[in-house]
Amino acid sequence: MSYKAKFRIWRGDANSGGLDDFTVEVNEGEVVLDVIHRLQATQTPDLAVRWNCKAGKCGSCSAEVNGRPRLMCMTRMNLFAENETVTVTPMRTFPVIKDLVTDVSFNYQKAREIPAFAPPAGVKPGDYRMAQIDVERSQEFRKCIECFLCQDTCHVIRDHEENKTSFAGPRFLMRIAELDMHPLDAADRQKAAQEQHGLGLCNITKCCTEVCPEGIHITDNALIPMKERVVDRKYDPLVWLGSKIMRRPGAADQQALERREPTWPAAEGQHAVSEFTSENPGALSPFGEDQALPLPTESLGYEHPGPGDTPNR
Amino acid sequence: MTDLERHSYDVVIIGAGGSGLRAAIEARQQGKRTAIICKSLFGKAHTVMAEGGAAAAMGNANPHDNWQVHFRDTMRGGKFMNHWRMAELHAKEAPDRIWELETYGALFDRTPDGKISQRNFGGHEYPRLAHVGDRTGLELIRTLQQKIVSLQQEDFAATGDYEARIKVFQECTITDILKDNGSIAGAFGYWRESGRFVLFQTPAIVLATGGIGKSFKVTSNSWEYTGDGHALALRAGSTLVNMEFVQFHPTGMIWPPSVKGILVTESVRGDGGVLRNSEGKRFMFNHVPDVFRKQYADTEEEADRWYTDPDNNRRPPELLPRDEVARAINAEIKAGRGTDHGGVYLDIASRRTPEFIHKRLPSMFHQFKELADVDITKEPMEIGPTCHYVMGGVEVDPDTAAAAGVPGLFAAGEVSGGMHGSNRLGGNSLSDLLVFGRRAGLGAASYVDSLGVALPEVRESDVDDARKAALAPFQTDGGENPYSLHQELQQSMNDLVGLIRVENEMAEALERLAKIKERAAYLSVEGHQQFNPGWHLALDLRNMLSVAECVARAALHRQESRGGHTRDDYPTMNPQWRKINLICSIKGDEIDVAEQPIPTVPVELLSLFERSELEKYFTDEELAVLPEGK
Repeated sequence: MSYKAKFRIWRGDANSGGLDDFTVEVNEGEVVLDVIHRLQATQTPDLAVRWNCKAGKCGSCSAEVNGRPRLMCMTRMNLFAENETVTVTPMRTFPVIKDLVTDVSFNYQKAREIPAFAPPAGVKPGDYRMAQIDVERSQEFRKCIECFLCQDTCHVIRDHEENKTSFAGPRFLMRIAELDMHPLDAADRQKAAQEQHGLGLCNITKCCTEVCPEGIHITDNALIPMKERVVDRKYDPLVWLGSKIMRRPGAADQQALERREPTWPAAEGQHAVSEFTSENPGALSPFGEDQALPLPTESLGYEHPGPGDTPNR
Repeated sequence: MTDLERHSYDVVIIGAGGSGLRAAIEARQQGKRTAIICKSLFGKAHTVMAEGGAAAAMGNANPHDNWQVHFRDTMRGGKFMNHWRMAELHAKEAPDRIWELETYGALFDRTPDGKISQRNFGGHEYPRLAHVGDRTGLELIRTLQQKIVSLQQEDFAATGDYEARIKVFQECTITDILKDNGSIAGAFGYWRESGRFVLFQTPAIVLATGGIGKSFKVTSNSWEYTGDGHALALRAGSTLVNMEFVQFHPTGMIWPPSVKGILVTESVRGDGGVLRNSEGKRFMFNHVPDVFRKQYADTEEEADRWYTDPDNNRRPPELLPRDEVARAINAEIKAGRGTDHGGVYLDIASRRTPEFIHKRLPSMFHQFKELADVDITKEPMEIGPTCHYVMGGVEVDPDTAAAAGVPGLFAAGEVSGGMHGSNRLGGNSLSDLLVFGRRAGLGAASYVDSLGVALPEVRESDVDDARKAALAPFQTDGGENPYSLHQELQQSMNDLVGLIRVENEMAEALERLAKIKERAAYLSVEGHQQFNPGWHLALDLRNMLSVAECVARAALHRQESRGGHTRDDYPTMNPQWRKINLICSIKGDEIDVAEQPIPTVPVELLSLFERSELEKYFTDEELAVLPEGK
């Protein structure tokens, strides 16, 4: 059950350091962080490591195990052969403070540069209405535990210090996507994503997605759609139309949202489609504000809801 | 001491979990320059571990819900030891605090009509927990963190400095609170990174440091939970109330050993999971106490119908309050019906589809897959009780969160006491953080306003003393290893002051604690001050020892069983003891325990209950105030 493992751990500070070898006991079911803790308790009491929940929920114990960005608390020792040397080094993209602890302030700086959620005007607390299917896109990104492994592995900034000022990194580009896809966010974020936060530098190699301990599809669900939104909203009418169809109206249009499905209201003066009440015929329609209605249905790629059929829910 | 880093703030918040961040937002919005100090990185606080949700009677899932029902559930759950005013404020204000989070950008799961979805949880009469899958705590902390960033962005726009009015000092530990003439004057601590000391001059401190779990061996709590706020308050001259009430969460992981204690959310049971012993029997039906018999199903058929028809069926007994479930599990294990690894089974695999489990319990699936190699959609989980939460804490004024006896000191969240009585209901913690975090921020801001220009001042000699105390472990050669002492402390508390308590064991615990305390005066630390975990632990150990002693002394004193305090030698609840709060304070170097009458529940709140229910908890004289016929 229990065996002696060979560990090689980077020790040092901002000025100097190197790999030290240790032989340490490992028991059944343990993870790399358990072994680091045993080293602290028995051999090297001042070995610096950042950790917190030890359950993969806080994202503190990020490091590189055999060169691969990982959470130490979620890296089981049975991944490695008993005679294999396990090498643990600090995250390479951030400056070392001591041993396995790095200075991750870059990330907090980038977090500040992304404008916060902009609440919709005129919607009181308690009156927010959003459909589950609409919040799920952003909810995926909000699973992020900010372990910064995606930032660590992203080759735009890994070994490229010079890109750090102009590139927010996958975690914070995903934050922009999260806000852009928030059903009630009132700000326009697409231009800034490209011009200020370096979305264009990402060349979608998906390294960030591969290391994400939460399994978030950073590239496919956040970065690529964000790139499409940025590029295509000007040039590609189909994507633009798609975004109109997919996007739900804000809470100000809540009544319309509630009435559109599943049944038409019976009461007089209550219309299911909001263009009847707006100044501009066709405005706020799911087909876009500059379309003359009705369009030939076969040209839309859109199926009208029938009984028991609720699209996008 | 010219080389000492000094800062000056209107309000200093110690702790950056839910209550600390909510307090900071409030203090800043009241125009106060605010510092947030936390031991970990910003956004890593233990609040992220909360899974199930935040309880608030919004009535989205069941329109019958309202604050009175929530108040009743909270008091019942706490076995009427709760400070009635805290429970009242909490039940009334929780919905507003949750709705407010949406304006900060939170994305809760939704009902079909687009409102915030609410889920069932132990002890709550209606589905009441606002949630995001099973990662609600993460959503809460991230939302509050992002709100603080947005306030900083506003300040940047106004002043060109993000940190003009609110600044986060992360990876910084406070070791002492400094006073001037009895009132708060400042806080002394060190940067974990560099080991350098730092002084915060401030007239108001909000303690938001969370709990004490790291004094126990099997715990769901992270390393930060060393009872810092409890100990700081004690040393500053404030008092702790009812420290004997420690919640052991019924479902912690038990295998493999390295993950022992990690929490398995109550939502597993709320969403249909059941507890079985090694014989495969769903045993909770045998453990429904008389006081709860009316509200809980007595057949599996009725219990199973409840998930879809809660109005016409009674709740499954798996959803009893946590103390009851933990005791039941313990009893099954003691009777020899436990698993090989010393727990019981929590089974959702045979009850719900894999799709349902993936959707509702994604992080539980992940946790068991990664850490235990168990697929919870196919196999049952092995679980057992784990130290989870301390109901006891700093004695506070409910309305302002002001700590007893020390002007300028405030406390909110787990570090404060009274709100949850003898047992906290799941979901009431996240809402507690928000309600009383805000109140503490307000309380601190108005206290600062009341001072005018005459601010308390830090005495240099106090700063010298604090520095000496912090450096002591470096001055001793060949002394004790803090890691081994910590392990001994945890083992003693776990074995002797754990889920089931008895007089002679607690007396032995106190003897052991006294010896550990003696040895802890001679701790040795290797290396230097820069990011030195051995040194950090040495300093935290002092706090853990004080708090552990409070728990043990109070537990020895209370001769009854109630909520998070179960005595083998006094196995029943006693209405006479309900009337008594146990108050811990420091006298010299010793912990003192004193009895103090519990605040009287006003008649209008008592009248929310049936007399027959109250009779189980209150004495006849106490109930004489009720009008005839109630």
